[in-house]
Amino acid sequence: MKGYSRIALATIALAVAGATATFAAGPGDPKPVKETGGMWFDKDGAPTYNIAKDGTVDWGTFVGYLRYNSICLDCHGPDGSGSSYAPDLTQALQQLSYSQFIADVAGGIKSVNTAQDLVMPSFATNKNVMCFISEIYSYLRARSTGALGRGRPAKNAPDPKGFDEASYKCLGIPM
Amino acid sequence: MKVRVQATMAEVPDASMAEPVKRFRLHDQLDIYRQNPNPKPGHSSKGGISMKSRGKWFAGAALGAFGCLLLAAPAARAQNSTSSPALEQAAANPDNWAIPALNYGSTRYSTLNQITTDNASQIEPAWTFSTGVLRGHEGQPLVIGNVMYLVTPFPNTVFALDLSNDGRIMWQYTPTQNPDVIPVMCCDTVNRGVAYGDGKIVLHQADNTVVALDAQTGKVDWSTPLASYKDGATGTGAPLVIGNKVFVGVSGGEFGVQGFLAALDMSDGHILWKAYSEGPDSQILFDPQTTMSLGKPVGADSSLKTWKGDEWKIGGGDTWGWLSYDPKLNLLYYGSGNPSTWNPNQRPGDNKWSMTIFARDPDTGMAKWVYQMTPHDQWDYDGVNEMILADLTINGQQVPALVHFDRNGLAYVLNRATGALLAVNKYDPAVNWTTGVDMNPSSPNYGRPTVVAQYAPGSHGVNVNYTGICPAALGSKDEQPASYDPQTGLFYVPTNHVCMDYEPYPVAYTAGQPYVGATLSMYPGPGGYMGRFIAFDPVTGKTAWQIDDQFSDWGGALTTAGGVVFYGTLKGYFRAVDAKTGKILYSFKTPSGIIGNVMTYMHDGKQYVAVLSGVGGWAGIGLAAGLTDPHAGLGAVGGYAALKDYTTLGGQLTVFALPGS
Repeated sequence: MKGYSRIALATIALAVAGATATFAAGPGDPKPVKETGGMWFDKDGAPTYNIAKDGTVDWGTFVGYLRYNSICLDCHGPDGSGSSYAPDLTQALQQLSYSQFIADVAGGIKSVNTAQDLVMPSFATNKNVMCFISEIYSYLRARSTGALGRGRPAKNAPDPKGFDEASYKCLGIPM
Repeated sequence: MKVRVQATMAEVPDASMAEPVKRFRLHDQLDIYRQNPNPKPGHSSKGGISMKSRGKWFAGAALGAFGCLLLAAPAARAQNSTSSPALEQAAANPDNWAIPALNYGSTRYSTLNQITTDNASQIEPAWTFSTGVLRGHEGQPLVIGNVMYLVTPFPNTVFALDLSNDGRIMWQYTPTQNPDVIPVMCCDTVNRGVAYGDGKIVLHQADNTVVALDAQTGKVDWSTPLASYKDGATGTGAPLVIGNKVFVGVSGGEFGVQGFLAALDMSDGHILWKAYSEGPDSQILFDPQTTMSLGKPVGADSSLKTWKGDEWKIGGGDTWGWLSYDPKLNLLYYGSGNPSTWNPNQRPGDNKWSMTIFARDPDTGMAKWVYQMTPHDQWDYDGVNEMILADLTINGQQVPALVHFDRNGLAYVLNRATGALLAVNKYDPAVNWTTGVDMNPSSPNYGRPTVVAQYAPGSHGVNVNYTGICPAALGSKDEQPASYDPQTGLFYVPTNHVCMDYEPYPVAYTAGQPYVGATLSMYPGPGGYMGRFIAFDPVTGKTAWQIDDQFSDWGGALTTAGGVVFYGTLKGYFRAVDAKTGKILYSFKTPSGIIGNVMTYMHDGKQYVAVLSGVGGWAGIGLAAGLTDPHAGLGAVGGYAALKDYTTLGGQLTVFALPGS
């Protein structure tokens, strides 16, 4: 597992969410520079995608696709493209750094006024989200830059060794 | 005969608005009333108005606004609320629409016949009303006498509109609800309508509080919290009033909420009984000996035996759909929804009694019979769609039938007295997850669908992408109700013609958080369109005619004695169609997509037809950006236009009538 701990990541995510995001706006250069356990990171250490010339999508981004299109789809629509009551994330992610993204997901967002009743809940206690927050970010980042189109990626990198065990462990359910 | 009509943009007719007809005769009384809505003496502690003050007040108002209630409501009070003749009387008058589905049998067939196949092309908008709320508007208004009652999506504002005065707002009620309930509603903040009974309007709020309002004043009579939205339980369904009880279900199948149906006392709102969909017999109100399934007693622990460990406690089976009632048999009918989670591998067993049709005694809650349509669901085919009670002729014999168009794409015909299975047919030929239901009573699989492994996401474990499953999780039909026309003997069904890929994987449960466990990709069914409005015979399985639409048909149907069937489309078209031929007689583009159900009423001797517009709901998911077909060639990906190119948000009622006063 190359020292890659899913639980540790989720913990870090929660810790970051607790702090006020002070990073510069926007996600920065998505260029992947480092890989750990199937997940790629940019020069600032933020999760990013790595899509090969033949269209093969890295494992982390692929997992992000799977997890996004289950939980997040209910409001934000398929492939992050928005619904009648939640924003298009392929647009929104162009303005969000990783820390801001985590703060929003873990803390939730409320926009309740005379014109609209838009509420995103806090997902801080939802392991299905927080165990895969970097993957979901990486997927949406790929969608927001246009590097990844709609639908299920046609090809993806293989399941890295130990991924299933780590996932189940983080989720707290028996394999 | 099979007529296929491809609807196009060219159908938009000239929409010249009728000059509004002004009526002022009630203004004086209403103004007096609004200044002093609780005239003394005699304001009762229950929030009602005493007989004495009512008499005085109604003496002035009897001309119009509350004429019907004057006749009906005091009669109910006089009987000390032990029965609800007010509702029975109101529902018996064909001018009214007093029950969410028009009648207890949920036929949505009106005997009003001013609008006919000959003149339907001449109808025009008579008046309109903006609800002031943007999100998805499902359901339908009620009309009792001169008053129309309607409820909006969250914040669930209830309006009482004066039909004698161009829909002037007589009162409105906006509950105070924590906005944290909004994201707990899986599929938009819809509400499918209020119910009427005993002089009260009953509202099932999003936060799962049931509230009774005085129908004349909007004042809260009682308020009962049912279950906490903090655990994912929400309210979206229309209640049903029977006698001195009101029945409500619960939403939350995507949050692991253990579904139940609750009976509340109409006089004070206290909970009489709760019957869960899963759990021990004492919770599901089953008698092992007398509760029957397909002609046999269910036996002890019929639910517990079909779940692993305590999974049933977070097992879903929510009851967010429609309720029906047969007064002669004294049986209440409804369905339960999907078992939680969407990953079938995590919940081995039949997961009873999710996906089930229930027939219960409304007085005790005890189940008389049950039938599970989709054992061990692997597709999210909730069984909550309406149960239409119709007396059908099958093999030359008149049968008290229950007809149900399920999400799973099968149309079921059962004997509603016994729960015997009479006929099961696909109502969309695209349905491929099953080859049909075993109809042989001596077979060990009697009543079970034969599942096609290729299209069953539990068949080869998790992390496998099962492709080309029809229908999609939306179902061949979702909550949008069908209508039964006894004149043609056909059922008119708005459907979704959508397929999907389904990839299950393990998920963890956290109270109040989504508990889904599958990635879905949905796309138009064969033919490249997503909606079919069909005239269907569930006994023979034959489709008399169909109208195809680019997007799902998510608006409920209305049939009428004038031979005209009405419904609305996601693009926002309100349509009048010849029930016999499927010919579109009239079409009008309302301001927003229609996911509401068409209703009709008579006022001052004139027939009106009304529908709520306001796109949203599950139907609005994915349609903001359009759906793509991952299995069509590269060129076709993204080729399906988005609904947002046709319509946008906004709740509005549009009421149609023939021209002239």
